Amino acid sequence: MTTDASDAATRALAAGAEARGPEPVEVRRGAFGVHGSGDTSGFGGFTRTVQIPGSSPRPYGGWHDAVVDVLVEDLAGEGLADAVEKVVVDRGELTLFIRRQDLPAVARWLRDDQDLRFELSLGVSGVHYPGDQGRELHAVYHLMSVTHGRRIIRLEVTAPDGDPRVPSLVGIYPTQDWHERETYDMFGIIFEGHPDLTRILMPTDWVGHPQRKDYPLGGVDVQFKGASTPPPDQRRSYS
Amino acid sequence: MTRLDEAAEFVAAGGDWDEIAQELSRRQEERVVVNMGPQHPSTHGVLRLVLELDGETVKETRVALGYLHTGIEKTMEYRTWVQGSALATRMDYVASILNEAGYCLAVEKLAGMTDRVPERAQVIRVLMMELARVSSHLVCLGSAGNELGGTTLMTIGFREREQVLRFFEMVTGQRMNNAYFRPGGLSQDLPPEALGWLKGVYGSMVRGMDDFDNMVMANPIWKARTVGIGQLNLAACMALGITGPMVRAAGLPLDLRKDKPYSGYENYDFEVCTADTADVYGRYLVRSNEMRESMKIVAQCIDKLEAMGPGPVMIDDPAVAWPAKLEIGPDGQGQSPAHVKEIMASSMESLIHHFKLVTEGFRVPAGQAFHAIEHAKGVFGVHVVSDGGTRPYRVHVREPSYNNLQSMAALCDGGTISDVVVCLASIDPVMGGVDR
Repeated sequence: MTTDASDAATRALAAGAEARGPEPVEVRRGAFGVHGSGDTSGFGGFTRTVQIPGSSPRPYGGWHDAVVDVLVEDLAGEGLADAVEKVVVDRGELTLFIRRQDLPAVARWLRDDQDLRFELSLGVSGVHYPGDQGRELHAVYHLMSVTHGRRIIRLEVTAPDGDPRVPSLVGIYPTQDWHERETYDMFGIIFEGHPDLTRILMPTDWVGHPQRKDYPLGGVDVQFKGASTPPPDQRRSYS
Repeated sequence: MTRLDEAAEFVAAGGDWDEIAQELSRRQEERVVVNMGPQHPSTHGVLRLVLELDGETVKETRVALGYLHTGIEKTMEYRTWVQGSALATRMDYVASILNEAGYCLAVEKLAGMTDRVPERAQVIRVLMMELARVSSHLVCLGSAGNELGGTTLMTIGFREREQVLRFFEMVTGQRMNNAYFRPGGLSQDLPPEALGWLKGVYGSMVRGMDDFDNMVMANPIWKARTVGIGQLNLAACMALGITGPMVRAAGLPLDLRKDKPYSGYENYDFEVCTADTADVYGRYLVRSNEMRESMKIVAQCIDKLEAMGPGPVMIDDPAVAWPAKLEIGPDGQGQSPAHVKEIMASSMESLIHHFKLVTEGFRVPAGQAFHAIEHAKGVFGVHVVSDGGTRPYRVHVREPSYNNLQSMAALCDGGTISDVVVCLASIDPVMGGVDR
């Protein structure tokens, strides 16, 4: 289907006007991750900006352009031309950043369109960027097309810490059931519409979500010959 | 076990157990709830199944896991990129090498090192991965036979697996949890006697597989327990994300070694084994045939290595590769005395460099990568995220056992209780991988 809306959306993505450089997600200070210890090494003034790859310019290369075009055209037919917020091609992998509420529509088109056919879901992974204001929690999906040469696409959805809700994909990919439970368990992302969103790896009465960056690793000091080594997350490390 | 009759008496512990009992007493049905595991010899580790039975028929299967959760993914965030290999290997401990392979390939993709891994390292990797696959399938077939009452099947499976483990010990210094694959290559080369030894046991390993097949594949008892049991067709497999021998037994030749070759798999001659029965028998048939294909690849690796001669097994990049010269000495694996002498006595810069590389590690450019390999259990995908530092920012593993275990309810519901163990064994879950 080709409509004016889809043309406009394709043109917008094709223009490459949105192509931006790396996007900062966090600023680190000091060289060894030590704070408040009266560091006299002189390295305390270092700052490093953590940047993740930003959106890519056209052409994306290989099959990536065709997949993005077909998907955007499908979505435009539903009035969701803006569902794809950003396209990133990095290390030969295609990542589509999807507007949170449009994730199920995008997944349905990716599964059902005969030119896309990403039938096999490879689960969801969470990533916590505490410094990425308003987009702290990322849910990352990998889909594989069995029909079209086992190509793999990545969808990324972000949610703020204050409102950690992402629509569930269990209705589209039943295999997401345990994967979404795991990501809920580990990150506290609430997958809305999941039939039974309970903890799966941690005990049911556990407090907190262990994979978040503000959740400590835990551990005890190691004593050896009178000296004491702190647990791994409290040791000096390279920031 | 709780029997629901007029004098119903419940002794329950744990949240969901209570709810099940309450719901059953409300429904007033003649159902028995059996709590199988987590300590049960047939649950392949610490898996807990809650089975609702009506007589001998399973009405509802629930799976409870997490008993072996060790936070490997979290721990990786506090260790260097190289140390991650030693953690990944502990996930699915029956096929350790394949976990390392998935992790290292993902890190190499993220760091842009994929094309710089030396040829010899690639061939040794394929050799080790295929032996790990054989070892994993032997454990699967042997323990499945044991669970059906055939102890001899287990002894055959474990006897041949022992050869693989001896080879691993000879090469890596350890039988399991090898940490042999490192981002950029391997920790060390094969010892000189390894290939000769492997050729010596090659024939007996293939004969052991024949022993197994001769004993079960046409055996009426084995067939009665497996043919038509635990069926899961292709549509169900796709919906549930099932991969590996289960989906190949449903007829789809989904094998990433062929479809998206990595580590040079495109240079080997092998078939993707499938079956069209989609049942437990088909899954064992696929595994059994796959082992032989793996042995074919092993033979090709041996030929390649012999033709190739010595060469580096680690990336030629002093910023990544440890200047280590590991050797197996009389007291086990360690630094070669000559190398220790060099860095301690004559080259202080080498010592500093070595120290920095081991304690600090190398940096990987910020970004994310996903790499999927064909694990013995299915598609093993590793999602690695870097913040540009010396440690992973996030590692997530899409573990095939974890995913495939979701099909327990689909396999067991409506069948008899005697088939539960058969169905579970045909998924071949390893709880170290499931719970991570």
